[in-house]
Amino acid sequence: MKSLEDLEKKINSELTTKINKTEIKHNQIYIETDKEDIIDVSIFLKTNQDTKFRQLIDITVVDYPEQNQRFELIYLFLSHEFNQRLIVKYSITENEVIPSLTSIFPSANWMEREVFDMYGVSFKDHPDLRRILTDYGFEGHPLRKDFPLTGHSEVRYSEDQKKVISEPVKLEQNYRNFDYESPWEGTKYIKEEIEHNDKKN
Amino acid sequence: MTKKIKNLNLNFGPQHPAAHGVLRLILELDGEVVEKADPHIGLLHRGTEKLIENKTYMQAVPYFDRLDYVAPMNQEHAFALAVEKILKIDVPIRAQYIRVIFCEIGRILSHILNVTTQALDVGALTPSLWGFEERETLMTFYERASGSRLHANYFRAGGVHQDLPKDLEEDIAKFCETFPKIINDLESLLTDNRIFKQRNVDIGVVTKEDALEYSFSGVMIRGSGIPWDLRKSQPYDCYESLDFKIPVGKNGDCYDRYLCRIEEMKESVSIIKQCLAKMEKGPIKSLDGKISPPPKAEIKQSMEALIHHFKLFTEGYRVPKDEIYTAVEAPKGEFGVYLISDGSSKPYKCKIRAPGFSHLQSMDYLIKGHMLADVPAVLGSLDIVFGEVDR
Repeated sequence: MKSLEDLEKKINSELTTKINKTEIKHNQIYIETDKEDIIDVSIFLKTNQDTKFRQLIDITVVDYPEQNQRFELIYLFLSHEFNQRLIVKYSITENEVIPSLTSIFPSANWMEREVFDMYGVSFKDHPDLRRILTDYGFEGHPLRKDFPLTGHSEVRYSEDQKKVISEPVKLEQNYRNFDYESPWEGTKYIKEEIEHNDKKN
Repeated sequence: MTKKIKNLNLNFGPQHPAAHGVLRLILELDGEVVEKADPHIGLLHRGTEKLIENKTYMQAVPYFDRLDYVAPMNQEHAFALAVEKILKIDVPIRAQYIRVIFCEIGRILSHILNVTTQALDVGALTPSLWGFEERETLMTFYERASGSRLHANYFRAGGVHQDLPKDLEEDIAKFCETFPKIINDLESLLTDNRIFKQRNVDIGVVTKEDALEYSFSGVMIRGSGIPWDLRKSQPYDCYESLDFKIPVGKNGDCYDRYLCRIEEMKESVSIIKQCLAKMEKGPIKSLDGKISPPPKAEIKQSMEALIHHFKLFTEGYRVPKDEIYTAVEAPKGEFGVYLISDGSSKPYKCKIRAPGFSHLQSMDYLIKGHMLADVPAVLGSLDIVFGEVDR
């Protein structure tokens, strides 16, 4: 598809019920779908002659701990042919298992492993779902918002035991997170944003 | 009599000179032929993304230097562009030229390191000695502009931190005159070298199809014959107004990727020259006082400047709620930042898309059926730096 507007129409007409919402901003198209439909949507995006999103750029998750559907999955696609970027999103609850894209995009393998490692989201039918970035035997999922910045354990070489050991973190001073409540007006767009939010509340 | 033959498992790294950093590669060997490769990464994982979530937008910039520490400013560029797009601020033209000059310097830095160490891995020592001398000159330019040879922390949302010092432009121009000769010298050592060709031609071949399937970008995709460069296809800053060519490979092997890198260095020199010729005096960062800190002298005189300074360096500027994916053509491929802001002065989430991550992932596919001795050659041509793979 030549333009993003055409692409939006095409996707909405072809996938109808599988698409919850589409939006164009920053010269990219954002699509919201459901967990069950992600496989169909990505096969369509990859193979259709008018879309040709042949490359999966990245998979990531955003954590909103206060929401019922805690994790938002984000898939970034790129079409070289039409020079377009597309972002697919859907939300899941904490313990949901989601379908893996490895059979469609081989590059999804490590991306899904990273998501599993960092957020603890499990994938169904993934060939090799191991931790990837954290240490062997690591516990917890570091990019979750409730994981402390300093972590839970630290490692050091123990002279007594003659090996590297893992201990709970001991800090001389706690991490200080300053909350600057601002009386400052800020630039215009932020003012509008705040007023807009105030109206909503 | 029958004999049972068992495959040998070999542990390559994490401390191996040809592993280009801390890579642990578990190789399954049948004789000398590699059957399977399982890279274990994460030995340099520092939790960059988590740290950025806890820092203001200005404090996040130095973390980008530490990703691909061979070409630091290219990473900063991606982040700066993402923030600028959300804030909808314009970058003065001089700042755009400065940023492009330093991005291209970064590209040369990265390609010199890669080409020469790849040669080192397959047995040629001299190129690295010649190449590193040039890298030193380039890093002095970094130092003169930003105060630091490696971790520059120079790009800001809205421009760059400070203007170029006196004479730097002339010195970069002089470098552009002498550097092409060094590239030719390097080429005379490598391009037609019998041993270098034996070690690289037809090794680690990537087809066009697979380059797409495995999310390759940068030289890895161009080496396979796909003319794709974000500087041309999705231009950012002033790349649109510059004239440069995209070198493309034919066979997709290690040798073609080497040739692409050499050609790209020549193109980078030409880009720098064009920028230097077009550059004029002018502001180097956004004039919006709510985003760019005021000049030091003004703080002594103006109350408003003092307040701006204080607020910017304590609370930092606020970024309206939005989300965006921005990518730049870093020397290693598509480097992207997926930034989610929530209206506060800290990013809610900042996902970093590193090209090396998807390149290294394909190690198993690339090396299957090759000899053990080809592992360093393939690894070298992937151009991976663990700062960005592990993040």
